[in-house]
Order: sequence, then C-alpha cells, then structure tokens
Amino acid sequence: MNKAWLWIPLGLFFGFAGLAAYQLTQPKDEFIASTMIGKPVPEFDLPPAHADRPGLTISDLKDGKPKLLNIWASWCLPCIAEAEHLDRLKREGADIVGVAIRDRPEDVARFLAQHGNPYSKIGKDDLSNLQLSIGSSGVPETFVVNGDGIIVYQHIGDVRAEHVPMLLEKLAEAGG
Amino acid sequence: MNGQAYTTSRHSRESGNPVWRIARSLWIPAFAGMTMLAIMILVPEPLSAQQSLPPAPLAYEQLEDPAQEQAAQELMETLRCLKCQSQSIADSDAPMAGDMRHQVRSRIAAGEDPEAIRAWLVERYGDYVSYAPSVSETTWPLFAVPLLLMLVAGALIWRRLRKSA
Repeated sequence: MNKAWLWIPLGLFFGFAGLAAYQLTQPKDEFIASTMIGKPVPEFDLPPAHADRPGLTISDLKDGKPKLLNIWASWCLPCIAEAEHLDRLKREGADIVGVAIRDRPEDVARFLAQHGNPYSKIGKDDLSNLQLSIGSSGVPETFVVNGDGIIVYQHIGDVRAEHVPMLLEKLAEAGG
Repeated sequence: MNGQAYTTSRHSRESGNPVWRIARSLWIPAFAGMTMLAIMILVPEPLSAQQSLPPAPLAYEQLEDPAQEQAAQELMETLRCLKCQSQSIADSDAPMAGDMRHQVRSRIAAGEDPEAIRAWLVERYGDYVSYAPSVSETTWPLFAVPLLLMLVAGALIWRRLRKSA
C-alpha cells in the first residue's frame, strides 16, 4: 500500500501554519467600510452645531447638487490635519456639509475659528444617529453624496493632499 | 525603617559636599518642574480630547422593563464595538459604543424586534458588526468544512472496522 498519502495531513498543517504566519506579518485592516454605498442617506434632521451655519437635513442632500458630507468633531485630532485640505476642496468648488459628532457649540466655534470653516451647513449629531445610519464608524470620514441623496463613495480617515483630486473627481462623477 | 535610615545618612553626607549641594539645588527644582510639565501635558490633554459631552442617555441607563432590558443586553453582547473591535458594545466604554447602546435600548423600548435592530446595523456595516454566527455567501465553508471532515473520518473508520471484522 502506498504510504505517500500519510504525508498529506502534515503538509496541510504546514500549509495552514504558513498561512497563519503570513497573515500575522500583514498589517491589520482596522477600517470598517460602510455597506451603504449606492443607497440613499436615510431621513434625518440635525440642529445647527454652530451659530453661523444652518443645521443639516435630508432635503439639503437632495437639492440636486453633489456634496461632500464630512463627519468630524472638534475633539478629533486628525480633523485638524484635514482642515487645510477641506479648505482647498472648498476653493476648488466642492460643497462641503459637516456633521459634528458629540460636540459642544463652543468647541465647534473654537475649532472653526482656529482651523477654518469650509462648511456650508453643520449638523449636530450628539448621539451618532446620522453616523450610525450611514454606516460610518469613526471620525473623520468623508462621504460623497450625489444630488439625489445617494451615497456614492466613502473616504475613511483624514483627507490628505493626495486625496483632494480624487474626491473632486468623485464629485464630478456624482454630478454627471 | 531601613529606607528612612539610608536617606538620612545619604542626606548628611551629601549636604556636607558643596558639589552635591549645588547639584541638588539645581536638580530638585528642575526635576519637580519637569514632572509638573509632564503631568500638565499628559493629563488634561487626553481628557479634553476624549469626551466633551456626557454619555448618551441610555448608554449606561438600564430600561425600566426588565424583559426589555434583558433583550437589549442579549443583543448588545452580540454586537461588535466599531471603535474597539475586539469588544462587544456591552463591554466597551468607547463613546461610540455608548451611542450604539442608546440606539439599541431606545429602539427596544419603542417595541422594535432585536433581530430587526441587528439587521439594521448589518445593512450598514456588514456581517462584521454582528458576533452572532450566520450562514451567508462568505461564511458557509466554516459550517460545511467540519461537516465534510466528520463524514470523511466516519467513512475511514467504517472502512477500517469492516476490514478488521
């Protein structure tokens, strides 16, 4: 009888151990992507987070113009890093609406005075209601929403210089 | 006792030496200053950076109806915290987990079915958000492979027993 097949379990074991060892050396992907891409933003109505800007409702996202929906907070450090790039997106013609997560109006005002205010509207989401309803799992995140209120793209983490052209392109695609 | 004696003797020896006196007079304030600075930098910063609002009303507050609270608890233990991915939202103190507990409790209080709440979250975050095992397009091999292995093992044993008989 051929005993060669007895080596198969050992081979399988080493194969498995090798796979596990390889996976251990790979960086862990900590991002949880929203599964709401291609779906409409659910109904919401958020009060203003800042005296100078109106709050945000679902009808604002359905006005026919594609928008960047930026989930942020004054207590979020990467949000400071992305502020200048949001400013640039705004200068390039992007309409950016903000959602402030678990934030106080005075902290929002201080943040915007210090780092600039690229937002046309800012909603106050104290219980993460809107954040949970669009599948966002942290701050900052930036969603591209088309003129019908459909989510077309999610950017997780802070917006960096290299993301600016990509986001503008996504906006252009959403508008066409 | 010993420690006390050691410092006393060192103190008397050091204070007699002018070099030590100068070194001490410089180092003690410098060290104290550095420590204070470190405390000032390390302590208030994370506190202010973390949470500025009180937690969501139902994040730490149980529902009045024990049956509803029980249902909420069971659901919360099988939902993954999105910020601290190895914990359930019942275990986590992350503000976002608190908001998710508020979401779960307020929906259950409003009469929503726990599995409908799970489905609502899975629709937004995928299977990832749920710890409850489910057979789906991607998970079926996890259920099929052990079954297959058991069948193969059973067949081998059966063949061997028949041969030896």
